[in-house]
Amino acid sequence: MALAEHAQTPAVAPQRVPLVELRNIRVSFGGVRAVDGVTIDLYPGEVVGVVGGNGAGKTTLMRTLSGARPPDSGQIFVSGQPVTISNPRDAKALGVETIYQTLALADNLDAPANVFLGRELTGGGALDDSAMESATRKVIGRLNPNFKNFKSPVLRLSGGQRQAVAIARAIHFNARALIMDEPTAALGPAETAQVHALIRQLKSEGIGIFLVSHDIHDVFDLSERISVVYHGKLVGTVNKNDVTTDEVLGMIILGKPPTKLTRQELAELHG
Amino acid sequence: MGVSVPSEVTAEGQPAPPIRSFVDSIRSALAPVTERLRYLEIDTRMLGMLLALVIIWVGFGIVSGGTFLTPRNLWNLSVQSASIAIMATGMVLVIVSRNIDLSVGSLLGFLGYTMAMVQSVWIPQRLGFEQPYTWIVTLAIGLALGALIGGLQGFVVAYGGVPSFIVTLGGLLIWRGLIFRYAQGQTLAPLDTTFQMLGGGTVGTRVGALGEWPSWVLGLALCAGIVYALITSRRRRRRYGFPVRPRWAEVLIGAVACGIVLGVVWVANSYPLPPNVAAQYAEEHKIAIPPEGLFIPTGIAFPVVIMLIVTLVVTFLATRRRFGRYVYAIGGNPDAAALAGINVRRTIMLTFALMGALAAMSAAVQTARLDAAVTNLGVQNELDVISAAVIGGTSFAGGIGTVPGAILGAVVMQSLRSGMVLLLVDSPTQDIVVGVVLVAAVGLDTLLRRRGK
Repeated sequence: MALAEHAQTPAVAPQRVPLVELRNIRVSFGGVRAVDGVTIDLYPGEVVGVVGGNGAGKTTLMRTLSGARPPDSGQIFVSGQPVTISNPRDAKALGVETIYQTLALADNLDAPANVFLGRELTGGGALDDSAMESATRKVIGRLNPNFKNFKSPVLRLSGGQRQAVAIARAIHFNARALIMDEPTAALGPAETAQVHALIRQLKSEGIGIFLVSHDIHDVFDLSERISVVYHGKLVGTVNKNDVTTDEVLGMIILGKPPTKLTRQELAELHG
Repeated sequence: MGVSVPSEVTAEGQPAPPIRSFVDSIRSALAPVTERLRYLEIDTRMLGMLLALVIIWVGFGIVSGGTFLTPRNLWNLSVQSASIAIMATGMVLVIVSRNIDLSVGSLLGFLGYTMAMVQSVWIPQRLGFEQPYTWIVTLAIGLALGALIGGLQGFVVAYGGVPSFIVTLGGLLIWRGLIFRYAQGQTLAPLDTTFQMLGGGTVGTRVGALGEWPSWVLGLALCAGIVYALITSRRRRRRYGFPVRPRWAEVLIGAVACGIVLGVVWVANSYPLPPNVAAQYAEEHKIAIPPEGLFIPTGIAFPVVIMLIVTLVVTFLATRRRFGRYVYAIGGNPDAAALAGINVRRTIMLTFALMGALAAMSAAVQTARLDAAVTNLGVQNELDVISAAVIGGTSFAGGIGTVPGAILGAVVMQSLRSGMVLLLVDSPTQDIVVGVVLVAAVGLDTLLRRRGK
């Protein structure tokens, strides 16, 4: 940390220390290299789209940061400090929260129990369910004012409401960095718009967001930079304003940076 | 996907179809009742089970010419249910976390035998017979050993990754085999007389029950606890501005719960001590025996008191502590539990340790009641315990089940058995009936649950 600061030139704004940096991350399953030496970073108040085809390794890469699957090798830095994340608890302690594609909800429990799962409020040697319900009502009320079923198992809720519970769980604990894995894949247009608005709001609060998605339009809509993974390797990270959607598509499908794409290849993408 | 209809509207605001089915018309006829029930916020499954129990009791009462509903039979029923119910509370948590424990019957036998050994051989040889502390030392050793063995099985399940069905099937064979090994077919008896009180029997004029007025005190204390819990919970919800039940609903719930508690006390106090015990008691206390015989109320049996304490403790663990919350979360979605940072393995191991300790508690009750440890103690108890949990609404899919439900399940099952014994139904037929009821109960439950979705 100290070294990094000294190395900076005075002209660079002080917050140019990445909030999160994944350096040279490798993950193998058996003989398969799911993530093969990927380096990406994330700054406060920024959305970085992480895109790639099915099985490209984007979710596995993010799981190393959320603590779900520690990397085989590579380093993780949070605010410039090297950290070890060996389980989800470590990640949460560092302010890294994750909204999983599956939402990772315990379907048989109600919304407050899910929001506070693993971080329950207690008082007098027992769970303080009222305090948890009260806090949940506040945080979910911010996301979805129509949400009323605080006592029923989340199994009975609609897709959008379940999503609200998963998001509430991630943002209630003062997250600094957020991983959103396909946050709108299961949502209707109205709910998708709600999630987009939320992402913009969180961004304005200075939270950094890794947005994993295979919807290129979502990504262009919301991110500043886009990192493309292809067969476990990073193709490149580009500024959204420097590229076209076609060029990013080329990176996703052909695994080549825009400079190496030929005119013919670009044309074939539309074929 | 493309059509954006808010799902709340489709779920509840759908217009009724013009032609109503039979089920729908029944449902609408019952609507005022179900509407009220919703206010009560009571589990309808629990209510259904209570209803089934009432039907069983009234049915057997009529068929047996009233014998089934005598205080004597109900008192015995309560003692018979207790040892199964004690273990069923732990089995709920094991099954909720998507596991099973088939070893509890054998484990009970093994622990019962060990406790008999401790109080009838080891302590007497070193410190003498009938020491005042014999019973509590024995019980403590039994509970600790039970938790240890249960925890060991849980360790193999959770950290070794061996399915619990296999581990505890092995346990079923191992612990039973060990009993035969070191008992060599012998029955260990007699037991410490104080220890025998845990079984609810009588030794001389000592009775394994609370007696008249302590039973009333216990009953009133429970009622006070119920009222206190209702009031504090209402106050807390008010303070946070949450919706609360209407006042009449609170009063009704409190009145029914207290009524049940006091009813149980009344029945237990309507059961007199056996004439010979009463006569001996009268002689000791210089009481003149009236011509119609001496009526000394027995009160609530100690096994039932133990069951009550176990129920309160396990219910508290299951619903008010992190441990219980995690057990249910693991049962609902093990991956989500792990991603939330829950130590899944440790939690699973602890459920098995708790189950082992409860098997020890039941072993104490059963050996005390027999005044002996026999080699086939607890044989097939695992099936009764699992049935009680399942009849009580515990789902094998995991994540669903309640401790009070399992207690009720144990009472339902024991009522069936006890009623059939009264009607002189032979034991194979009893098994057939209980088997059919088990499958029917779970089948009905599954059907209703599917409807409810």
